[in-house]
Amino acid sequence: MATTTAPPKVPTEPSAEAPTAELPRERPRALRSRTTEERTALVGSLLGSLALVWLVFEQLLAWSGTLGFLVCWYVVFLVMFAAVTGMANPWPVVADRLMSAAVHVAALFVLLVLGSVIVYIVIRGFPALIHLNFYLKDMSGVGTDDALDRGGVLHAIVGTFIEVAIAVAVSLPLGIGTAVYMTEVRGRLPRLVRTVVEAMTALPDILAGLFIYTTLIVAFGFPRTGFAAALALAVTMIPIIARSAEVVLRVVPGGLREAGLALGASQWQTVRRVVLPTAKSGLATALILGIARAVGETAPLLIVSGVSTFYNANPVQDPMNSLPLFIYTAVRGGQNQAQTRGFGAATLLLFLVLVLFAATRILARQRVGRR
Amino acid sequence: MSSTTYTAPAPATPPEDEPRVIDPGLAPSDRVFHGIARAIGVFVLVLTGSIGLFLGYQAIPTLHRYGLNFFIEHQWEPERDIVGISSTLLGTFEVAFVALAVAFPLALAVALYISEYAPAWLKSTAISLVDLMAAVPSIVFGLWGYFLLQPNAKFLSRWLHQYLGFLPFFHVDTDPDAAVWAQSRYTSSALIAGLAVSLMVIPLACAVMRGVFAQAPIGEREAAFALGATRWGMIRTVVLPFGRGGIIGGTMLGLGRALGETVAVLLIISPDFDIKFRPLEVGTQTTSALIAGRFGEASSSQLSALLTAGFVLFVITLGVNTVAAIFVGRSRSGAATEI
Repeated sequence: MATTTAPPKVPTEPSAEAPTAELPRERPRALRSRTTEERTALVGSLLGSLALVWLVFEQLLAWSGTLGFLVCWYVVFLVMFAAVTGMANPWPVVADRLMSAAVHVAALFVLLVLGSVIVYIVIRGFPALIHLNFYLKDMSGVGTDDALDRGGVLHAIVGTFIEVAIAVAVSLPLGIGTAVYMTEVRGRLPRLVRTVVEAMTALPDILAGLFIYTTLIVAFGFPRTGFAAALALAVTMIPIIARSAEVVLRVVPGGLREAGLALGASQWQTVRRVVLPTAKSGLATALILGIARAVGETAPLLIVSGVSTFYNANPVQDPMNSLPLFIYTAVRGGQNQAQTRGFGAATLLLFLVLVLFAATRILARQRVGRR
Repeated sequence: MSSTTYTAPAPATPPEDEPRVIDPGLAPSDRVFHGIARAIGVFVLVLTGSIGLFLGYQAIPTLHRYGLNFFIEHQWEPERDIVGISSTLLGTFEVAFVALAVAFPLALAVALYISEYAPAWLKSTAISLVDLMAAVPSIVFGLWGYFLLQPNAKFLSRWLHQYLGFLPFFHVDTDPDAAVWAQSRYTSSALIAGLAVSLMVIPLACAVMRGVFAQAPIGEREAAFALGATRWGMIRTVVLPFGRGGIIGGTMLGLGRALGETVAVLLIISPDFDIKFRPLEVGTQTTSALIAGRFGEASSSQLSALLTAGFVLFVITLGVNTVAAIFVGRSRSGAATEI
């Protein structure tokens, strides 16, 4: 894939800056650059729509609200941009610019929302995070509404780490193995497996909890422990990892496989040396998606893992708390200090996700960001 | 490959000529590989399949007792022996519908932005950001929805009610123009829960869509450009048709997620078992939130009822995902990628 073709578009940014009049002879149309006309239309419509909306919205109608203002500005801008472009260009160009504007704004909007989520959580959790005991103590013997310099979430951090580690250890080999089976082995059974796994991908998390509860706890009489919670997490992770890994394995070009086989490699060697390395970054993403689900999974834990306030590093005995469960119980009560603790724990959870995430990215660095 | 064992000296009569085996079959290493792969595949099949079987088995007593009424009754009062999930199912779909209506265009736009519009230096960062968004735990989105979105979204709800209230689904049972408007009537609604859930759907759907868009064949892209297509023209004629399976599949994946999302919804909504389709109004109930909320204090018969609700949710998501799988299977995405 990436080895054969050069990037399709030749970057022509410097040359595109050159004025159009200077070059009478033919030159390639620069796809990624903007002409002076387009830039003028863009800036003009932005300013024009801002002024118009300000006049109508604030002065004439006396509405209020930032959101309303932004939405009106956006709509008026789109109309104005289309009209200005349409004066000098055919319809395909108008459509192109409109879609371009819409796509850019949507991407920016999602980015802003994501930013607001992270910033808000961190700001609310900050008062709890500046106390060292928050990281080093558990909540045993501490009231939920006690001052922030007492108690902490060590038990939840440890619980989350242990549970997710067990879940990954169970689900990663099973998930990738299933994906390899679905893509590399032909026959009717792999197709059946694919259908079922695909159907299970969006298995509601709470059902995995119910499943582990009815089998492990009700049928076999296990107590509510961290191990049961980890198994519930693994059940949610397996289809996700298998499905996303299958998608990336399926788009590994068949020609690469055939080249491997033609060189005399066995199928196993081809899979190990050609297919899996080619799909490495995709597999890393599959793992991220799986861990992402598992680390913040609260619903199954509500069912299979008991809430505890004390430190417990043994997954097979006694309840084990985890960060999501701690957050849920903390903010549910409505007490001020408890909520701050919950936000602090949420910040930790976010940080944890970020670290995991960066680690996986670095592992699969070579092929990140290719077409 | 095949090991020859040394036997007694050759017999006097020469052995008959045997045709050489042209098809050597699988190499031993591959036979082991296939065996292990099959074992894993079958294990996962049995595991995932048994989820449905176990839930279905647990649902039998409840279905036996309440019969079809379980699906018609809208109250959930196990103390009075009235149990039904019609209002819960409606709420589940209400929240999922709101979430998808918001998430689908945004996910599609972000996926297109990353694969087609973003400059090269930004692309890998943008991909990482979307993956990061997928990695943000649902409880965090729940906190955001409950503490930050809800106080602001009630103004949006009121505005929609004020100006579009003639539409039945924007109706709220209060007067929006009152001097002191009833703010609590606009909170804890399906709309707010759906908005929070949509944030979890976007990265999921976007990741699938982007993955497929990125695989759109370069030759066809360049052919479109060579024929004079604009960027959007190329996207419309090459990328979107090529990625149709991914778009539908990603959306369906998101729908499954939205139907089953528990904690964020549980935090935001206030339980309400009336049958109504008014997403702006306070109170709704979803299946997963019902299970999570009532599980703690459930007696064994109630537990069976909750498991039955879980089984219904399971069947619904299974149906949704099977439809998605059929669509994705039909798309040509990745089926014939050439080197």
